[in-house]
Amino acid sequence: MTQVSVTVNGDPRSADVEPRTLLVYLIRDELKLTGTNVGCDTSSCGSCTVLLDGESVKSCTLLAMQADGRAVTTIEGLAEGEVLHPLQDAFHRNHGLQCGFCTPGMLMAAASFLQENPAPTEDEVREALEGNLCRCTGYENIVKSVVDAASRGAR
Amino acid sequence: MIPAAFEYVRAGSVEHAMELLAADEEAKLLAGGHSLIPLMKLRFARPTTLIDIGRLSELSYIRRQDDHVAIGALTRHHDLANSAVLQQDCPIVADAASQIGDPQVRHMGTIGGSVAHADPASDLPTVLVALQATFVIQTAGGSERSVAAGAFFHGLFTADLAPTEVLTEIRVPLMSGGWSFMKFTRRAQDWALVGVAAVAGSGGVTIALANMGQTPIRASAVEQRLAAGDVPAVAALVADEGTAPPSDSFGDAGYRRELAKVLVNRAVTEALA
Repeated sequence: MTQVSVTVNGDPRSADVEPRTLLVYLIRDELKLTGTNVGCDTSSCGSCTVLLDGESVKSCTLLAMQADGRAVTTIEGLAEGEVLHPLQDAFHRNHGLQCGFCTPGMLMAAASFLQENPAPTEDEVREALEGNLCRCTGYENIVKSVVDAASRGAR
Repeated sequence: MIPAAFEYVRAGSVEHAMELLAADEEAKLLAGGHSLIPLMKLRFARPTTLIDIGRLSELSYIRRQDDHVAIGALTRHHDLANSAVLQQDCPIVADAASQIGDPQVRHMGTIGGSVAHADPASDLPTVLVALQATFVIQTAGGSERSVAAGAFFHGLFTADLAPTEVLTEIRVPLMSGGWSFMKFTRRAQDWALVGVAAVAGSGGVTIALANMGQTPIRASAVEQRLAAGDVPAVAALVADEGTAPPSDSFGDAGYRRELAKVLVNRAVTEALA
């Protein structure tokens, strides 16, 4: 076992894990933050997307140790208390989710993207979300939600 | 899927990484991990020690030198894609990097990891073969050697890189002519069914193919036909010469041969436009 320390959603957290522990299992099983989903488990679907030092990564394809000493943001850290993040609000208003399984990953991927490109075109949003699959095929409203959030100044 | 157990060590320097490599012949280097970790989860790779070099920031850089751009092995695809130096002096690298995987993958994956992994379906190895890039490798005993990209890839996941060596730098020439990078995929983030990199220069056009054999392959027959004066559409008809494409659920070898001809024609036409 080895100790891993991460700042998760602003809080310093530590856990003893095996070196082979993937970041997503540190988040879900040790830190009990179960908003981040495991979908394909092969870095294809993007359900497990979280931010590592502010950039989107697929937490099923990182060792927890790769995040040691760094800042992780999960879906639980997106809202400001009871106030939804503008992306969450936009997904709500635009019906950007159906079953909701892909939604945490979609939101984290979109949040990372809007940091880089705060005023994207619809095409740019589609390309930015190429690593996130929605099996309900709700892409139209997902893209609409991200464009809407950006137009309202979401970052 | 969980990798088999291993010992994790974080290297503090290239020298330290090489000492650790020498101490365990089943050790592997971890850069971004986006080729290695999926293989470990499938247990196709079972290193006993994982040496994490991912934080050696001294290996993450893009610098214009005299006649080339020097790229540190740990430079991420995201940083290649957004590099003003590369966009100016070697745009095919920035362009190809921007098409690898998806944004999340590009935030972790590195050029050195992609090269050392030696997957013939990968984008950057193919581009680097077409560019006639040079790889700089640190060898045991503190010396350094360099190898041409065209001589580096030996077979499937096999390259001219000893278990105790560390790839530290990729040198790409300054480009002045046209170029094209094309890959054909069924879905947005798929590996190339076939990929083509074409680079036009004073010595003619150099062309390399992805996923048409066990390594990235130079389309030498096409290059020679172009040098002899054939138009791209005619020269491209021999794009599959010397290749041995795989068959899989996305397409059989015959389909890939035809696809290579079509893509080589398009890529060469674009490079010469």
